[in-house]
Amino acid sequence: MKADPAGVLTGAHYLDGDFACGEGALAAGCRFVAGYPITPSTEVVERIARRFPYIGGTFIQMEDELASMAAIVGAAWTGTKSMTVTSGPGFSLMMENIGLAAMMETPCVVVNVQRAGPSTGLPTMVGQADMMQARWGSHGDYEIIAVCPQSPQEAFDLTIDAFNLAEIYRVPVLVMMDECVGHMTEKVVIPPADQIEVVPRQLTAAPPERFQPYRVDGRLVPEFARAGDGYRFHTTGLTHDERGYPVMSAECQEKCVRRLVEKIRSQAEQIVRFEEEQTEQAEVVVVSYGITARVARLGIELARQQGVRVGVLRLIVVWPFPERRIRELSRTVKAFVVPEINYGQIVLEVERCAAGRAAAIPVPHGGGAVHDPEAICEAIVRAAR
Amino acid sequence: MSTSARAPELPVEEHPIAPYIRIERMPHIWCPTCGIGTIVKCFATALEQTHVDLNKVAIVSGIGCAGRVAGYMKLDGFHTTHGRPIPFATGLKLSRPELLVVVFSGDGDLVGIGGNHFIHAARRNMDLLVILVNNFIYGMTGGQNAPTTPLTAKTSTMPYGNFERPFNLPHLAASCGATYVARWTSLHVRRLTNSLKEAIQRKGFRFIEAIAPCSTLYARLNKLGTGLNLMQFYHDNAEVRHGADTRELDIGFQDRIICGKFVDQERPTFIEMMDAHYRRMLGDKYVPMPPQGGFLTDRAAPQPEAGAAAEPVAARSQA
Repeated sequence: MKADPAGVLTGAHYLDGDFACGEGALAAGCRFVAGYPITPSTEVVERIARRFPYIGGTFIQMEDELASMAAIVGAAWTGTKSMTVTSGPGFSLMMENIGLAAMMETPCVVVNVQRAGPSTGLPTMVGQADMMQARWGSHGDYEIIAVCPQSPQEAFDLTIDAFNLAEIYRVPVLVMMDECVGHMTEKVVIPPADQIEVVPRQLTAAPPERFQPYRVDGRLVPEFARAGDGYRFHTTGLTHDERGYPVMSAECQEKCVRRLVEKIRSQAEQIVRFEEEQTEQAEVVVVSYGITARVARLGIELARQQGVRVGVLRLIVVWPFPERRIRELSRTVKAFVVPEINYGQIVLEVERCAAGRAAAIPVPHGGGAVHDPEAICEAIVRAAR
Repeated sequence: MSTSARAPELPVEEHPIAPYIRIERMPHIWCPTCGIGTIVKCFATALEQTHVDLNKVAIVSGIGCAGRVAGYMKLDGFHTTHGRPIPFATGLKLSRPELLVVVFSGDGDLVGIGGNHFIHAARRNMDLLVILVNNFIYGMTGGQNAPTTPLTAKTSTMPYGNFERPFNLPHLAASCGATYVARWTSLHVRRLTNSLKEAIQRKGFRFIEAIAPCSTLYARLNKLGTGLNLMQFYHDNAEVRHGADTRELDIGFQDRIICGKFVDQERPTFIEMMDAHYRRMLGDKYVPMPPQGGFLTDRAAPQPEAGAAAEPVAARSQA
């Protein structure tokens, strides 16, 4: 369906990534946000707190991030689209209920404007070191989806996509921004509401007496009923059967958790998104995401000036990872160069998929600043030799 | 005696609270003489006698013995994470304000790991009915010390007796701003039921502490006999004192337990405060969350047949 015009601020604006993300949420139909202040993400909820009273949404500042995440999972079960926003330390606290959302198959969106860690780290300065935490942060096996904007415009666009993906696959979707994108002001074009596709919550058509909250009938994603519509269903963070009732057995675990994993893995090709440039003749492909993808452009230009045939693969959806494409490219390129503001996270995935057919060379950075493009250029040139 | 000849004539009567319980999930996991089942029965009776529209009631539990209640009641039921039922319930309530949202969980869950959420929800006067089962111990995990364990009582992690001062829960709730505060034991079936009925019909943060015997752990570790002995103890040592000063409600080891209704006052709820404030600040431009929630759809939500003919009590909470 098309977006509800109430939440859409159509026009060309100058917005920072945080504000653009907030506008994206409103355009996507988000009407409940719970959050706890944390730099550099707070502007997202500040924007929403100003706008919500005019469009029928509720923002609440909770007592901590544990509560914020729990509140948005609760809200999602009323059918209301919900979101929370945080940065590293808060993201760690949210892991508990991100796991609950994954287990209960609750559509919701979590924004992490990444700063440098570990622990309190550099609260006001950039980092990209939560990428593996996004994938593996809560205990147990589950799958999520994570997107990674490189500009305020993408912060707007990908936040809408995040809500849509959450609805389609019934998973928490993580918007993995970084401080630079969050605090960078650029032009953001917000289209008219009738040009914005949003996926509404699909409610079951089954009557309450025949409804089972986790019955899939061969599908990978179960049907949804909202609290308060007379279904009187049960859901739990325990391993559960199709009725949502706990069953403490290895057999039920296999059925329940395998589907949580399979619903994303088996549809990864539809979810994966990346941008590719000059990869056909490339000897080296730079794999990057977020602010680093933009910083890398200068490094790539410098390397091309030195005669290296450099291709670009920019990750837009980071999880699930574009395994097939990396595997294909690994047969034709000499090396992948992976700059990221951490000491080597996504490069491990690239290395896994390249499986020794091509080198995977990290260009690490501890955070607090972006890469020096010269360093990226150097890594590319060295990789090509 | 022969029963076979009479069998066909035996009346098959449904359990009185069957409509409120997921009968297919019985038997429950609670130990013999555990007090939780009695408290569930009181709550079901209170729902019945207040004619609440059951389709508009959501029940949220955390983790632990009492955490299983959300899974046994035939309501929209959420069995969440340890300590987080109150913030989960907050999200439900704010996103569909017409719901009556009930939190039913234990002492370790709500005031141990979840203590921060408890005090903030009370401070905000979040429109939740919180039923806390206090058995003075962590039961599900095997009898560890709780924030409610009386001084000197033995637990598996305080094998020589507890030396930490426990919470006085009615005082905690009252001092944070709860609008309704009561304490009963699972022996006080009629009074607890009446309190639950009252609380269902109030608004704001309503708190009922229901003390329950744990024979498997608390009674065994402290050589107090069985659940039956604890019920006898409640009978002999519980003292009903409505309106008592909440500062005087501490519970000592095998000491008297002061029960009653201590607070019953009106105070604007979070949603009422928010609505009134935004109306004052923004006038006609303020658009509140609709009572049915911020649900976005092409087609209207299916309308199942209305539950009870009676006026849904939960709807009242919309200012």
